[in-house]
Amino acid sequence: MTSMTMIEAINLTLRKEMERDNKVVCLGEDIGKNGGVFRATDGLQAVFGEERVVDTPIAESAIVGAAVGMATRGLRPVAEIQFLGFIYEAMDQMAAQAARIRFRSAGTLNAPMVVRAPFGGGVRTPELHSDSLEGLFLHSPGLKVVMPSSPYDAKGLLAAAIRDNDPVLFLEPMKLYRAFKEDVPEEDYLLELGKAHVLKEGEDLTIITYGPTVPLVKNVVEQIEKTQNLSIEIIDLRTITPIDEETILASVQKTGRAVIVHEAVKTGGPGAEISALINEKALFHLTAPIIRVTGFDTPYPVPSVEDDWLPNATRIGEGIKEVLSH
Amino acid sequence: MWIEPNETEVNRVQVLNETGKLVRTYPQICDEELLGLYKWMVQARTFDQRALKLQRQGRIGTYAPMIGQEAAQIGSAFALKEQDWMYPSYREVGASLVHGVSMENFFLYTMGNLQGGTSAKNANVFPVQIIIGAQCLHAVGGAWASKLQHENSVSVAYIGDGGTSQGDFHEALNFAGVYKLPVVFFVQNNHWAISVPRSKQTASSTIAQKAAAYGITGIQVDGNDVLAVYSTMQEALKRAREGKPVLVEAVTYRQGPHTTADDPTKYRQNTEVESWLEKDPLKRMKAFMIDRNIWDEELDQKEFEIANEKVTKAFQLAENTPNSKTEEVFDFVFEQKTKQLQEQKSSIGTEGVLK
Ligand SMILES: Cc1ncc(C[n+]2csc(CCOP(=O)(O)OP(=O)(O)O)c2C)c(N)n1
Ligand SMILES: [Mg+2]
Repeated sequence: MTSMTMIEAINLTLRKEMERDNKVVCLGEDIGKNGGVFRATDGLQAVFGEERVVDTPIAESAIVGAAVGMATRGLRPVAEIQFLGFIYEAMDQMAAQAARIRFRSAGTLNAPMVVRAPFGGGVRTPELHSDSLEGLFLHSPGLKVVMPSSPYDAKGLLAAAIRDNDPVLFLEPMKLYRAFKEDVPEEDYLLELGKAHVLKEGEDLTIITYGPTVPLVKNVVEQIEKTQNLSIEIIDLRTITPIDEETILASVQKTGRAVIVHEAVKTGGPGAEISALINEKALFHLTAPIIRVTGFDTPYPVPSVEDDWLPNATRIGEGIKEVLSH
Repeated sequence: MWIEPNETEVNRVQVLNETGKLVRTYPQICDEELLGLYKWMVQARTFDQRALKLQRQGRIGTYAPMIGQEAAQIGSAFALKEQDWMYPSYREVGASLVHGVSMENFFLYTMGNLQGGTSAKNANVFPVQIIIGAQCLHAVGGAWASKLQHENSVSVAYIGDGGTSQGDFHEALNFAGVYKLPVVFFVQNNHWAISVPRSKQTASSTIAQKAAAYGITGIQVDGNDVLAVYSTMQEALKRAREGKPVLVEAVTYRQGPHTTADDPTKYRQNTEVESWLEKDPLKRMKAFMIDRNIWDEELDQKEFEIANEKVTKAFQLAENTPNSKTEEVFDFVFEQKTKQLQEQKSSIGTEGVLK
């Protein structure tokens, strides 16, 4: 066990996976000598050389498209998109190529590849550096979408993503890269993709969230439970594709109330999908309408207003109050 | 016949050498223009240095300094006519100032104020483009619009060496050639794209030669020589106005970090930086003007003082501008707010809970 930040856990996992399997190669912008703009790949080029840790030209479509090519021919590429907002450049290669190669070759080909990208707000970035775009990929059959919320999860989930035989979009909450440390085992372990984590059990209400908003939700719940006679269950989804129906439904059937929290914009977002799922399979267990606390339906705004735009403690608190008022 | 790579010889246009001495016949640039060019460079550098300071004090957000690229930016923008349009990236403070964007506007942008995106209100300058390469296609479309509407306007896309790897760049050059558009692609090859050197960005020995593949004109110019840039850009704009698109590669150097969030010691040698400080664009132009007896140290000092005051005033204006309000973000999504946006806007008072 070593106490480490999420960025250190990601770096360690990449290193271990590259040692374990020489088919694993990393490619992306500024990931070599510079070690990535957040240092996720720091030191890897020095260990594994320029052939396996590649500084590419600036071309996201080429990065993802080449990864599809590599993956279908025996390698296990881990591509980095410097910020998730830049993945629009690679949208065809992600959604129409990587996601579909197994399907359109009727199972003859597959693309065991990972696309890593930092995402999420609250860090005062320029435009298109903070957007939460996971919903686009939830809506693209053939891609797995994974979002860790802690150093421990990052390691187990990233290792599982690299060893998965399907393309995985691995989204790293920028705000949590260095937010806290926790004990992470050096030895190998995997966290199953598609399995949610019940962070805390409760009876009165379920909060469903993932990635960047998990620590925030934990704090809010802690504060509320200190002062009110309430017991709240928190589910960290860890992956939105595959989505862990069982855990969500079992929880909501128990509590009868659900609040969904994510930074992605509201309309057509992961919250809409989760809410529909509950309605289809557990409607009669609900005692209150489901509430979504999310980004608003606008482009991610300028830094001076982002704290109000994002789901914050007050907004989550109000959402909880509203659901409990029924 | 095999077309071998990098066979074409590309001669870099230069007017002044590194010490400010003329190396070719003097282009027809009058003293007033010389002074104008230099004074803009002084303003750009002064703004840049202040912005760095303010960022360190936490009074503005992330900033991409342009120090070292003043000749490329000022020389190119100085050649534009008022009706021409500029499509900048995030490092184009110098060029944008010349074409009519206020310093205050730039401060608001870096302070994360919505008003920072309003450059096009008072000048023919698109908002700062963050997505590498995207602006090239907008310039193509803008040029196309001016062609179809018979406007005498050239569109100029500003992009970096790294940006030339992006598909959008190549698609833009191709369209420009196919439709013979009044457009100029102005590439500032500052040798670095964050941590990646130009040599790893493309196997071409120059960026200028890429024009040939798209059937358009290319030229390489010493981007630290403001007179070379200015005269080259005048010619490029003249051609573009006649429907002959041009790719200009200005060879310059990013003296500072990529942005205030970057640590260049991680990937480049100090000796390289130092060798480029010798080729500083302001130094060179100043030496030339002193030789020509139209400038001296005293005037120089005064010019920096004037620029400093200007920057101070602009920053005061920006600081006194009210912060953006969360309510405002709903106003610019569509011409008319959808029902959902209306609801969400009014839910701000109830912390986003719909009542
Ligand atoms: C589509 C896209 N990919 C990546 C980035 C991140 N990024 C910002 S600037 C930059 C380097 C650009 O280098 P260059 O084009 O040479 O311009 P310079 O910064 O040197 O002015 C990169 C990779 C981005 N903003 N947009
Ligand atoms: Mg560059």
